[in-house]
Amino acid sequence: MLTADQARELFQRVLKHSHADETEAIVAGGAHALTRFANNTIHQNVSEESAALSVRVVVGGRTARASTNKLDEESIRRTVAAAEALAKVQAPDADLLPMAAAAEAGASSEGAPSRYFEATAAITPEDRALAVRSIVDVASKNKLTAAGIYSTSSAVEAILNSSGLAQFHPQTSSEISITMLGGDSSGWQKANSPDARNLDSAALAETAARKARDSAAPRELPPGKYTVILEPAAVLDLVGFMFWDFGGQALLDQRSFLNDRVGKKIFGENITIWDDVAHPLQSGAPFDGEGVRRQRLKLVENGVVKRLVYARGTAAKMKKSEMATKLGEVAATGHGFPLPNEMGEAPMNVVFEGGPAASRQTVEQMVASTERGVLVTRLWYIREVDPYEKILTGMTRDGTFDIEGGKLRHGIRNFRFNQSLLHMLSNVEAMGEPVRASGEESFDMVVPAMKVKDFNFTEVTKF
Amino acid sequence: MSMKEIASWALDVANLRGASYADVRIVDERGRSLATKNGKVGSASDGESLGAGVRVVAEGAWGFAATDDLKRESLEATAAKAVAIAKASARVKQYDVRLAPEKAVTDDWATPCRIDPFSLSVEDHLALLLKVDSELRAVKGVTLAETGLSFRRYEQWFYSSEGSDIHQTKYITGAGYAAYSFAGTEISKRSYPNSFGGQYQNKGYELIDELKLVENARRIGEEAVALHQAPQCPEGKFTIVLDSSQLGLQIHESVGHPIELDRVLGMEANFAGTSFLTLDKLRTLRYGSDLVNVVADATPAHGPGLGTFAYDDEGVASQCTPIISSGLFTGYLSSRETAHSIGEQRSGATMRAEGWNRIPLIRMTNISILPGEKPLSFEQLLASTEDGIYMQTNRSWSIDDKRYQFQFGCEVGWEIKGGKLGRMLKNPSYSGITTEFWNSMDAICSRDEWTLWGTPNCGKGQPMQTMGTGHGASPARFRNVQVGSAYKGT
Repeated sequence: MLTADQARELFQRVLKHSHADETEAIVAGGAHALTRFANNTIHQNVSEESAALSVRVVVGGRTARASTNKLDEESIRRTVAAAEALAKVQAPDADLLPMAAAAEAGASSEGAPSRYFEATAAITPEDRALAVRSIVDVASKNKLTAAGIYSTSSAVEAILNSSGLAQFHPQTSSEISITMLGGDSSGWQKANSPDARNLDSAALAETAARKARDSAAPRELPPGKYTVILEPAAVLDLVGFMFWDFGGQALLDQRSFLNDRVGKKIFGENITIWDDVAHPLQSGAPFDGEGVRRQRLKLVENGVVKRLVYARGTAAKMKKSEMATKLGEVAATGHGFPLPNEMGEAPMNVVFEGGPAASRQTVEQMVASTERGVLVTRLWYIREVDPYEKILTGMTRDGTFDIEGGKLRHGIRNFRFNQSLLHMLSNVEAMGEPVRASGEESFDMVVPAMKVKDFNFTEVTKF
Repeated sequence: MSMKEIASWALDVANLRGASYADVRIVDERGRSLATKNGKVGSASDGESLGAGVRVVAEGAWGFAATDDLKRESLEATAAKAVAIAKASARVKQYDVRLAPEKAVTDDWATPCRIDPFSLSVEDHLALLLKVDSELRAVKGVTLAETGLSFRRYEQWFYSSEGSDIHQTKYITGAGYAAYSFAGTEISKRSYPNSFGGQYQNKGYELIDELKLVENARRIGEEAVALHQAPQCPEGKFTIVLDSSQLGLQIHESVGHPIELDRVLGMEANFAGTSFLTLDKLRTLRYGSDLVNVVADATPAHGPGLGTFAYDDEGVASQCTPIISSGLFTGYLSSRETAHSIGEQRSGATMRAEGWNRIPLIRMTNISILPGEKPLSFEQLLASTEDGIYMQTNRSWSIDDKRYQFQFGCEVGWEIKGGKLGRMLKNPSYSGITTEFWNSMDAICSRDEWTLWGTPNCGKGQPMQTMGTGHGASPARFRNVQVGSAYKGT
């Protein structure tokens, strides 16, 4: 795997070919493996090793990027030249800032835990097959069929620039996702961690199997507004759609649902949200796409949007904007994407507080306190219907249950929802312990299960 | 060093280590992406990637390994790893992989490309985008204008242990733009020529000249702003007419995905989902009305779609498969591994990989609805519609994991009254059950109104792979469709 010294050496080779005013390199590489199973059989099993170089240059106030995975001298020369050529044909951009200096970026390791685990990097195809065997054994015991994945990876990411900035982040990742299929029902569980020792394949399989068993012979309920209990993965996949709007650039572009809403109470009193890359359940590099250290920020406090995140350039532009006085503190926060880009920035390490510890409920306690409602394991194919009211549509999937009299009664056919996130996060009646959750529609985050009143199901499907 | 020699290092090692089948794909790709936002260059980037993927069957199971290092020792180690992975796969299996037979072939094919986009001036490309941008923002009330151009050259060498030797080169070109207007509590949007990036085809720069980007920009900006004053699309059962781009996406979601045989057989159950099209439905299910004729056609004769090629990534020659024939469900998308499950002796040639570092999967080729045989222009279709709603350009799309229940939102709707377009409507949406919807189609425009749309971003697989698919469609009419549920109760 690429080392910090090799990344520095590669950057020196880039600099040798650069004629630009400023030069930046992002170097990324690693090994990724994924074992995929279905019908109780490993049917796909893949592995990849790669390294790539991405070069950004600034020439006369203009910037552009070129990337390659060919790391011979001629390819590096050609890549630098391509970036310079793309930059030179543009008009100068008065808003373009000099590249971040080392002092401005801070120390990348500050406050962030190590996320590289040798035990994860050393996992073999045989290890993954053994874990899959344990999952398939649970399926067979329950007369179900299992489908899913077990993936492991080790990767490094480095950003270096001609102003002396040099950031390096090694990380391992592991993930298990399981679907258990019955004749007319299914159940699902997913978990990931930088440390594969935190994953319990058999326990995940047992929970998925229980959901598949318990939701067999689903009945149909009429669409309408229900109290729902959303397990953490369902919460994650819904709320993930709003964080792209928490960047300053989204407000400058007037494409954010937070335009005219920062500083106002738009969610319930019990909603407080942080962005915190150093949180023990979080993952990812402690620096952003320019190499700037990610700051810990309270984005939402008791339902009020308090802070936005900013790349360096966005913060400078926002300070000159008429909006600036209405947005609280405007400063670079270390949340920018690699330049050049049109999106600006976004918080990528979201942590929900989940309310005071004494008030937290388990999913079982939420069910017990619900006279009539629906338990949702997972959501699927979520898309934005209305960008300002933040109405989302999507389906329930893999374990949806009718709750009556404080008990799970039976599985139900899957619903389509059309639900405003503004309304949903104003209607949260109870929350659980925040956990690291992983879904399919959003980036991973730390969220609790939620009990939400008046959740809007509009149609029902045939299974 | 020839690509054939590089591949032979891997094939030899795979054979020595016990693989019963092996193939090597070497891919060299190049891309360029240019974008503007509100009068400035938003991004300008070039990219290239070269690598090799080795796919093997050993002990009756699959293994795959990929590397971006094409030196001999790396290729040999990668092949050895692929075999080791296959042997690990064999520890958890209920059946042995069985591949439909395929004759070895040697061939060389390239996308017809009249103008190599990489040979042209980037300065001119940016000038075109900035001209579109200025047209969009000349409309008072447009608060955000975004434009983009993208070019890709994808060159692949395929070698198999059965003796195939296939070289293919594809050019993919795309362009589009969007105008946004924020006012009060609404963000409205109009896109051209399609949403989510525009139109994409397997062509050179000649596509850009055909799209008439500048000519349509002012209208698109005006429509984005006018949406604020338009009444809300009503809720209820209506006759609807869909433009060809929206019908293309409807085909993608409610025909293209459910006919993927790997989904049907449960191989995608954990992520993309399964399908309501269980094997008993082949040649028995009335999928749509008699007017519904859908093909999966990857042959170059179908046009420059994103699903056009000469050979798929298993080395099988492209084909045209009837999917829906006069309303009857008649075919799936298959591979060498899955063909036998539907009694076929040969793969339907639909296996494609995103790049050198991914395995081929069953992917949509060009899944197109054939135009109506009787001459019917869009104006004639409207003239024969007394009362309904015309919807243009997708805004949101969602469908369940068996591909039954769907909901689509469009950027703009128009009342149809007395055979003519009337008032603009905002926030149009429609929903339904796949087979009920296709059985409600009672008119489709003829060839002159047919467009082969490109969807560049179809996601499938774990690890996720993004693939381009093609969808030919003409405007069509559907009766008694549920409209407006997207805003019901919100």
